[in-house]
Amino acid sequence: MSVQSVLFDAPGPKARARHLGLAVVGGLAILGLLALIVRGLANPDNNQLTADKWKPFFTAEAWTAYFLPGIWATVKAAALAVVISAVVGILLGMGRLSQLAVVRLLCGLFVEFFRSVPVLMMMLFFYFFGLYALGITGSALSLFGVVAGLTFYNSSVIAELIRSGVNSLPKGQREAGLAVGMTPLQTLIAVLLPQAITAMLPSLVSQLVVILKDTALGYIINYPELIRAGQNFASSEGNLIPTFIVLAAIFITINYGLTRVARLLERRLQQSKRGGKTPPADPMLNPALAPQAGALVGDGRL
Amino acid sequence: MDALRTLLSEYDVLAAFWMTIKLAVLSAIGSLIIGTVVAVCRVSPVAVLQWFGLTYVTLVRNTPLTLIVFFCAFGMSNTLGLTLAPTIIENNFRWGVVALSIYHASFVAEALRSGINTVPQGQAEAARALGLAFMPTLSTIILPQAFRGAIAPLGNTLIALTKNTTVVATIGVAEAAYVMRSMLEFNISLLYAIFIIMAAGFVILTLPVGIFFTYLSRKLTVQR
Repeated sequence: MSVQSVLFDAPGPKARARHLGLAVVGGLAILGLLALIVRGLANPDNNQLTADKWKPFFTAEAWTAYFLPGIWATVKAAALAVVISAVVGILLGMGRLSQLAVVRLLCGLFVEFFRSVPVLMMMLFFYFFGLYALGITGSALSLFGVVAGLTFYNSSVIAELIRSGVNSLPKGQREAGLAVGMTPLQTLIAVLLPQAITAMLPSLVSQLVVILKDTALGYIINYPELIRAGQNFASSEGNLIPTFIVLAAIFITINYGLTRVARLLERRLQQSKRGGKTPPADPMLNPALAPQAGALVGDGRL
Repeated sequence: MDALRTLLSEYDVLAAFWMTIKLAVLSAIGSLIIGTVVAVCRVSPVAVLQWFGLTYVTLVRNTPLTLIVFFCAFGMSNTLGLTLAPTIIENNFRWGVVALSIYHASFVAEALRSGINTVPQGQAEAARALGLAFMPTLSTIILPQAFRGAIAPLGNTLIALTKNTTVVATIGVAEAAYVMRSMLEFNISLLYAIFIIMAAGFVILTLPVGIFFTYLSRKLTVQR
């Protein structure tokens, strides 16, 4: 690994012995930490690891009545938000690259504003907006709040991804487009955007992870997503901590899968690199991509 | 306008944002400490520690913050009875800080590691070729460059952390989003004004941080 070789020289016999010692000490410390956690969970007067706290997960009802609907609600909101914010984000990104200063300014203001407002606040706003201004009621209301909140934030993030993707393309691409007689807009749509979107595909997939995690914020406006479903389940079974552990496992599995897909895409793109330089996909790893004021936290709405 | 004035006298918006700032500052310190430990594990030459660092980052990064906050407040505190303070409000606040620290530590660790990754191999080789020992190489050649490379992602993490403090509204800590919700519940006719005020608060909090970190990373970037 390159990381080690920057920091450490190839180890000699003495260093190898030291590393072994460190491994033993570190291993023991980690085991100690795990033991502490297990002891905390299994303390006699409130044992979380007994069979009857875990048995409910193996009934069909737990999944058909709670977890699967929860997963479905989470995925539904995330999918809607992804599709809408991809479309809006591309339009906003085009606006930020526009020839007209007014359009550039307006799109810039929009993006900067919605990137610096917490998603939770936007969900609250759109929830009450849907109720007050649009007269939406029932279960559609919380879905509207979640999707609208996610969309406004993530379309801003995607707009920034598109913009930095276009900006990192070689200048010749645009010049060539203009030279063959295309208008600036045609050049953008036919030449620049396809390349920028392809290059940014891994970041867009990582953004999916962020969106999926953020649907959990819908809890505050009573959206029946996975965490709320899990809590309902736990309150009927009295096994809150095991439920949280199962919920975490579900989220980690889905998100880890998505992260792997993003990494796979990235590797594919690097292999099929044609001509132009592929911009490094992860803004977290490339400071040059993220010098704008807001949080271009590709992976991290954190 | 009058309605708005009564509203603002009824709800202490400034106190809410002060709570947000307290949460952000304390969690930033906490996540910096945990994140540094995890980053050191990840780049250490010991396989066990590397594995620990990678596992921590993978698990925490893929879990929603809401779930971590709930696990701390409802799981650790309510179910297991591990309280950090005598009163419920203070207890939830402290567990909120713990949850925010645990969650953002994974991003801090990745930021620090990416900073180390920006240092080219040749720097270390040159230092060793000059006869510098391990510690001088680390402290005078590698780490100064690594920290500079980590500034921009650390700044992004801090901004995200500030915004994410709103998640602890779900466990009843009276910060900005919590106050916003109670304001909206009883004064829905002032919807737009309330949103603009609370959103502006966050713009004011995060924009200077963003500008400062951009300035810092431009100024300190190692030109290659």
